[in-house]
Amino acid sequence: MIKSGAEIIMEGLVREGVETIFGYPGGANMPIYDAMLEFPSVHHVLTRHEQGAAHMADGYARATGKVGVVMATSGPGATNLVTGIGTAMMDSVPMVCITGQVSASAIGGDAFQEMDVTGITLPITKHNFLITEAGELAEVIKEAFYIARSGRPGPVLIDVCKNAQIEEVEYIVPAELEMPGYQPPNHASDEQMAHAAELIANAKQPVILAGHGVLKSGAMDQLLNFASKTQTPIAMTLLGLGAIPASHVLSLGMMGMHGEACANNAIQKADLLLAFGMRFDDRVTGNLRTYAPRARKIHVEIDPSEVGKNVAADVALIGDLKTVLSDIDPIIPPIDHEEWLDQIAEWKADTKRRDILSWPDDGKLYAAHIVRDLWGATGGEAMLTTDVGQHQMWAAQYYQMERPYRFLTSGGAGTMGYGLPSAIGAWFGDKDRNVWTIVGDGGFQMTMPELGTAIQEGANVKIAILNNGFLGMVRQWQDLFYDKRYSAVQIASPDFTMIAAAYGIPARRITSRDEVEEAIAFANNTPGPVLLEFTVEQEDNVFPMVPAGAALDGMIRRPIWKKQRAKRNE
Amino acid sequence: MYKTLIATVENKPGVLNRVASLFRRRNFNIDSLNVGRTERPDVSRMTIVMDSHETEARLVEANLYKLVNVLDVQDVTNKAAVLRELALIKVDVPAEKRAEIISLATVFKAKIVDVSADSLIMQITATSDRVDSLVELLRPSGIAEMVRTGHVGMMRGNEEGARYTPGRHADGYTQFKAQDVDPALGI
Repeated sequence: MIKSGAEIIMEGLVREGVETIFGYPGGANMPIYDAMLEFPSVHHVLTRHEQGAAHMADGYARATGKVGVVMATSGPGATNLVTGIGTAMMDSVPMVCITGQVSASAIGGDAFQEMDVTGITLPITKHNFLITEAGELAEVIKEAFYIARSGRPGPVLIDVCKNAQIEEVEYIVPAELEMPGYQPPNHASDEQMAHAAELIANAKQPVILAGHGVLKSGAMDQLLNFASKTQTPIAMTLLGLGAIPASHVLSLGMMGMHGEACANNAIQKADLLLAFGMRFDDRVTGNLRTYAPRARKIHVEIDPSEVGKNVAADVALIGDLKTVLSDIDPIIPPIDHEEWLDQIAEWKADTKRRDILSWPDDGKLYAAHIVRDLWGATGGEAMLTTDVGQHQMWAAQYYQMERPYRFLTSGGAGTMGYGLPSAIGAWFGDKDRNVWTIVGDGGFQMTMPELGTAIQEGANVKIAILNNGFLGMVRQWQDLFYDKRYSAVQIASPDFTMIAAAYGIPARRITSRDEVEEAIAFANNTPGPVLLEFTVEQEDNVFPMVPAGAALDGMIRRPIWKKQRAKRNE
Repeated sequence: MYKTLIATVENKPGVLNRVASLFRRRNFNIDSLNVGRTERPDVSRMTIVMDSHETEARLVEANLYKLVNVLDVQDVTNKAAVLRELALIKVDVPAEKRAEIISLATVFKAKIVDVSADSLIMQITATSDRVDSLVELLRPSGIAEMVRTGHVGMMRGNEEGARYTPGRHADGYTQFKAQDVDPALGI
């Protein structure tokens, strides 16, 4: 059958099961947008900025496990995607980006809206393609989806010259893919597994480090089975939250810079670390020279380039986590670590004592309280996205995730502006639910125009702005490490409730603790987007905190309430 | 320490750019990179020489496999490999000293490929060490220009280089041990 390149693209997307596209039209992708009209099963979401479209596709992908699809035109349209693609790359999110490009004959001539998009995105995509002829498209679309979702997932970009969109060629449904250079590992070697089993059997103080790979691989059941059988506590990375229920007795909560002291202490004292689908980011290790000095390391990873990158592994199990944990199960005997778990219970109790939630009400509105109230109102089961900064860490600490795939946040890239668009994207993944996004006053203003997308699409996205009048995390660093010399951290904001009103979005401002619960109920019971602006304590800090470059157990702890009050009374 | 890797890649546009971009982005120290055609029109071959420790060589290898177009990577360092480099060296030499330089070339099995009034071009195909020695001996006479290709390599007979990363040849996977890690890295 003869089809235009644009039709082949749409046909390919439908064959890959695509139902939602996030994007923005322009000169160089108009043939695709024209062809789109003939494919009513695909819903296109018009965003207000291409960065928003990329984050929406990212949120959609993280929430559903499917590949997110985003479209943009050439030049500035494509470069506006860059932050979103980089965010997806750092967090291994499967995404296919289709950008328009000037005609093949004009390439290299600085034509209107021409930019070297495959060059620009080379280091931030898993793979990318430049398509100059319609005949290449059918196969490349299929390859792109396969690459994006398999192995260690990631974003793939297809830059399609305008002539390739218009040209008409015989459409042949691509058969089996031939990609001799791309073979993601699956099973780890038996020899290494035997070696790992030996280390596991001999460990006295093991800790599992559960990363995003647990969720990516869908290995939650296998993880829980392994941990229960070997009585090994589990610390989670920011993106690993939800790998096991936060309420589980073996959960240590989050590790790292703003992780729980019990998790960081356990890692530093451990004699065996089992790194499951995590990459020892500097935010989780602190100073590498002092990191887990006594521990042997077993690293289970699908991407061999992560092994030995930051932390050397004694045993590397290269493969899919779910497969490896299933394979290793028969050779692992049940083990008891009573003494170790007693010690951990003691650390956990200490962590709890210092928790801000154990403080008596002092009439102030703390971000932590709001997150906790939201947790209570949604039974710990909401789909929650965040922006980046203090509120992100409070959300991670106090919204204790009972399920996987519910906490969407920009971890590796730390992209401000991620919260609102990713929430809209996540809602498209499951329209029957409310999606909450917790954002700060700084990050929210980076992608605030997506309020327009939310209202146009009727997205059930509930926005909680924690407004402290500062770029809070930078202010906290200036407070702690720059002698409180505040530089460019005070940020003026508009009246967010009036902004919302202008978009036709119901909104409220909350200034005291006793209004919180009712406001959350109002948001949950009002269909469509709702905005809540919480005026919180301005100079509240996130604790615990491992200062950059310090050892993981060199944390600045949360103060104990009694001591602090005593100090103030002096 | 010099490490030599041989990579076969799909012969597609932009592959060299991907490889070079990878080295730049990961801050790998590449001494020379040679790309050329092979017996198969759809496959190109790269010989990569890097001045690095074991850990970095392993990371280069693993990172190369992240590129969708990379088919195979083997480490031929200290293996039974034939390694050769081609160099063209233009030497300033007056007519009366020409014989001396030519006899030096003979010792190194280099060829004189061009002679003009006050210079000549010498062509040598040898290992990099040997080319280095010749260059050092010629330097006092005055080297006007020089171009070197960097190593290309091939394993002897049925021998194969070491493959550490599970990739196309997962069978050849040799475990990289923690004790191999350079303590200077602090990891």
